[in-house]
Order: sequence, then C-alpha cells, then structure tokens
Amino acid sequence: MSFVAQLLQYVITGATVGATYGLAGLGFTVIFNATEVINFAQGEFVMLGGMLAVFALRWGGLPLPVAVLGSVLLVSGVGVAVDRLTIRPLRGRSVISLIIVTIGVSILLRGGAMLVFGKDTFALPPFSSGTPIAVGGAAMLPQSLWVGGVTLLTLLLMKLYFDRTLLGKAMLACACDRKAAALMGISVDGMVTLSFALSALVGALGGVILAPITLTSYDVGILLGLKGFAACALGGLGNPFGAVAGGVILGVLESLAAGLLSSGYKDAVAFVILLLLLFLRPAGLFGGRRVERV
Amino acid sequence: MLPLREHTHLLGLGLFALGLAVLPFLLGNEYYLTVLIVGGLNAILTLGLCLLMGYAGQVSLGHAAFYGLAAYTSGILTATWRWPVPAGMAAGIALVLAVASLIAVPTLRLKGHYLAMGTLGFGLIVYIVFNEATALTGGPSGFTGIPKLSVAGWRPASDRDTYYLVWAAALLLFLGAQNLVRSRLGRALRAIHASETAAASLGVDTQRYKTAVFVLSAGYAAVAGVLYAHYVTFVSPGSFSFHASVQLVTMVVLGGMGSLWGAVAGALFLTVLPEALRAVEDYDILIYGALLILCMMFLPGGLAEGAQRAARWVRALRRTPQEEAAP
Repeated sequence: MSFVAQLLQYVITGATVGATYGLAGLGFTVIFNATEVINFAQGEFVMLGGMLAVFALRWGGLPLPVAVLGSVLLVSGVGVAVDRLTIRPLRGRSVISLIIVTIGVSILLRGGAMLVFGKDTFALPPFSSGTPIAVGGAAMLPQSLWVGGVTLLTLLLMKLYFDRTLLGKAMLACACDRKAAALMGISVDGMVTLSFALSALVGALGGVILAPITLTSYDVGILLGLKGFAACALGGLGNPFGAVAGGVILGVLESLAAGLLSSGYKDAVAFVILLLLLFLRPAGLFGGRRVERV
Repeated sequence: MLPLREHTHLLGLGLFALGLAVLPFLLGNEYYLTVLIVGGLNAILTLGLCLLMGYAGQVSLGHAAFYGLAAYTSGILTATWRWPVPAGMAAGIALVLAVASLIAVPTLRLKGHYLAMGTLGFGLIVYIVFNEATALTGGPSGFTGIPKLSVAGWRPASDRDTYYLVWAAALLLFLGAQNLVRSRLGRALRAIHASETAAASLGVDTQRYKTAVFVLSAGYAAVAGVLYAHYVTFVSPGSFSFHASVQLVTMVVLGGMGSLWGAVAGALFLTVLPEALRAVEDYDILIYGALLILCMMFLPGGLAEGAQRAARWVRALRRTPQEEAAP
C-alpha cells in the first residue's frame, strides 16, 4: 500500500470513529444548552446503545434493525429516567452538585452494565455487507458509509428541529433565558427532560452505528464520553455543528497519530489536543466571540 | 486571647490527635495499622480535594494522577537514579505543582467545568504513560525496589512509626488547611463559590485564587504520593486509575464538601468500608456511584451535615420537655 493510500486509510478509519465522538459531543451540547450542566454520563449512553443492541440480538433473538432501533429508544428512556430521578430533584443546586450526580450516574450505569453483560467485549454484525469497498487504494467498510450517513442525517434533523419546529425553538429559548422562557409558558422542566431524552438518543445512535466496527464492552463509555467532550470543546461548547465537525477532526488526528507515531498512546492524543486547545483557543476552533455566559 | 470558637477547634483537633496516638496500642492486629496508614494517606488526599471542591467549587477527576505522578517520580529518581530519598520526594512534589499550574491556567479560565474534564483527561494520559512507558515505569506490572523512607539518618523502623509519621503529616496539613480556610484567601474562595461574578466585582482576583487552590490541592496529593511510594516501596498503575480518582471524590462528597473534618471522616470511612466488604470487590464501584448520588440527593452536606443534624436533634429532644412545661 502506497503512503498516500495509507494516509487515506487512516483518514477514513479516523473519520468513522470520529463521527461517533461527534454524536457523543452533540449529546453534550444538547444537555449543556438546556441546563448548563456537563453530563458526565454521556459516554455511558453511547456504551449502552451498542451493548443493548448486542444483547437484544443475542439474547432476545431480535432482527438487527429492531435491535438497533429498540436499543436507541430504550437508551433514550434511560436518559429520561436519569433526568427525572437524579437531575430534577436537584433543581436549583450548584453546578458542582449536578456534575457530581452525573458522575455518580455514569459509574452506576457502567457498573450495572458490568453486572448484567459481564466484562467481555462484543461486536455487532454490520448493518449491510461486510465486504470492504476499495477507495483509491484504501479499504472502506460499508459500515463506514452507514456511520457517515446516519451522522449527517442526525445533524440535518437536529438543524431542522432547532430551526423549524416550535419545540426546538422552545428548547433554545430555555437555553437563552430560563426565566423568560418559563414566563412565556414554556415548561422548562419538560424541556430539560426532553434534552436528556434527545441527548441519550443521539449518544446511543453513535454507539450503535460504531459497534460493528470497533468492539464494545461495558467500559468503553468513559473514553467515548471524554472524547465526545473533547470534540465539543474543539468545536466550541454549545455549538452542535462544531461538535460533530470537532469529533471528525479529532478522530482523524487520533487515527493519524496512532498509525504514524505510536498506537499505545492513541488515547492520549485526544486529551493532549484538548488541553492544547484549551490553552490556545478556549472558544473552540469555530467559536469566535463569546467565551462564557454569565 | 483566642475567641471561644478557636478554642473548640483546637480542642477537637487535640483530642483527635490524642485518639490517634493511643490507637495503635488498642489495636491487636498489625494489619489494622496498615489500613490506618492508608486511611491517613487518603485523609491527606481528601483534605486537598476538599479545599478545591468545597471552597473553590471545582471538581478534579484526576487527583489520583497527581498522587501517582509524585509517587512514580520520587520512586524512579531514588531507585533508578539513586537520588537521596528527601531529594526524590521534593522533586516529586515540585513536578506535581508545576504540572498542576500548567493545567490550571487554561481550564480554570473557562466556565462549564472544563477543569473536571481537563483533569479527567489528564488523569487518563498519566495512567496511559504509567502503562506504556515500560522502560521507565515498569509498565502494567509496576515499579519495584523503591527505597524506604529515610530523612537525615532516621527511618521508620516499623509500621507504627510510619503510622505516626503519616498521621502527623495529615494533622499538620489539616491545620494548614484550616488556617487557610479562615484566612483572607479562604474568604475569597467562599465568595467565589457563592458567586464568581459578585466576587470579581468586589475585586477578588478569581482566576488567581482558583488556580492557587487547585495547585495547593494537587500539592496535598503529591505529599501523600511520595509518602506512599516510600512506605509501600512498590507502585503500579492500578492504584492511580480513574477509579481511584472517583473514590477520592466520593470520600469528599460523603464527608461533606467544605468540611475538613468531613473530609477526614469520609477518607477513614471509605478506607475501612472496603475492607469490610471484601466479598463484593469487583462491584464496589457500584457502591461509590450510589453513594455519590444518594449523598447529593439526601445529604448534600455529607457526614458533617449528618452529625450536625443529629446533634441538633438530640438538643431538641432534651429541650422539648421544658418547652412543654412552659405555659
């Protein structure tokens, strides 16, 4: 394989994985926009998406599309439960309390997954054929097309949702000014719950489309969540399109670093980039004006 | 003359120190002593983390990494490069202080708890390096042959000596933290915790204070780290994982964020508890998760608040009969 083809290969692999970072990042963004809370359980939603689909397939014997959709919807329900049981009772508490609770939730979800699914790694079968497609000397799994397609579609639907629907606008209104939104008759509690549902849904989607490519296990959530956050920071926290773009950039850089430098330090790359970025461009690559909201 | 509150504070600390001093004579088993040494190290760690969480309102999810960085640095310098132990320990602490300042500058400038994510990322990087830099750190199987602690010819001859040393350090750092909390810096930190905007508008340099307390809290972890390395004489990555960082956060939350006594109580409680829960070793992480959530929901002030509530309840019980007697 020529060097150029090799580079292309790294870019394809990286962009595929990066799309999932982007979807995890999108999940962070949705919740952050509605609540100003960084949800540390975001990565666990991604993990649950993949794991539940695997087990619906294996234990439940469900057909693949049903298992995938069922898993995504179920995780969305988990998101709602997380909000109702742990976030809503803490309404009005300091941000640090909310963050600690989401850390607790993430540990519980991870530990629960370990208890139920065990410590093995699992793979989901690809959505369509497993034969790689040759692209300019590099090989691309058809699943990569699924990942790219689903990610773009999700992004598009998000844009339509926030721009064109009353519900989406109501959610943005809560993000802009909670009190004013409440005065206009918007149910802020309802919007927060919805943001958790949406965020869990998007995260699980990222997990389920990636599971056929990279294996999944109970403990993938912590890294995926962190990289999702790095993707967010890269694109500017609170900007959904930045999050997805940031995820893809991060995935590609990580894959290049793993291929060209050292695979042992692959996971460190994302965090070095995150820390460097926070140093140099705290508003993210695409963020310009505002650094913080007071 | 000191005000009354000051007296009760010092009295409490004195009684606690006295209790610690006689404790080894009451324990039959040497093993309990090692548990208490670990408890003392954890107390030092949680005191530092408590300053950060309770007084600056920030979470660090990488404190175990600071702990480990100091332990590994001192261990490697003294074992591989034959540095004298005190020099290795000083270098370990200095490195952690430098690294912490480096992380603090970008992450504390931003809202939305970048510090928590930044330290989480930092913790994972450090953990990866401990595992991957095999030539330097011994990789996943750990680093052995670290010399025992010795300062100017004195070395702890037994676990009991180490126990006294660790707890003396812990009490000293406790006093330091207590003074800090009641100083100008402490007041500034509490103001930042209550409202950063208000504090800034009153002329508090929020950025500087937050950075200072973060670096200090990493420094506490570093002290615990070097003591650990030269007590156990062996370090491995597993002791400094994300799991360990979460454990420390849980100790602080359980003790009650913002209460130094609570931090010590939380550290001791969660050091002893796993010993009692050996059977559920693999699943103890579930307990930490549940503790974090339950504390935040039902006892946000942790054990410290629980103790206060209990005291108030007892007082109320005592008062009730008299009140009923009154017309």
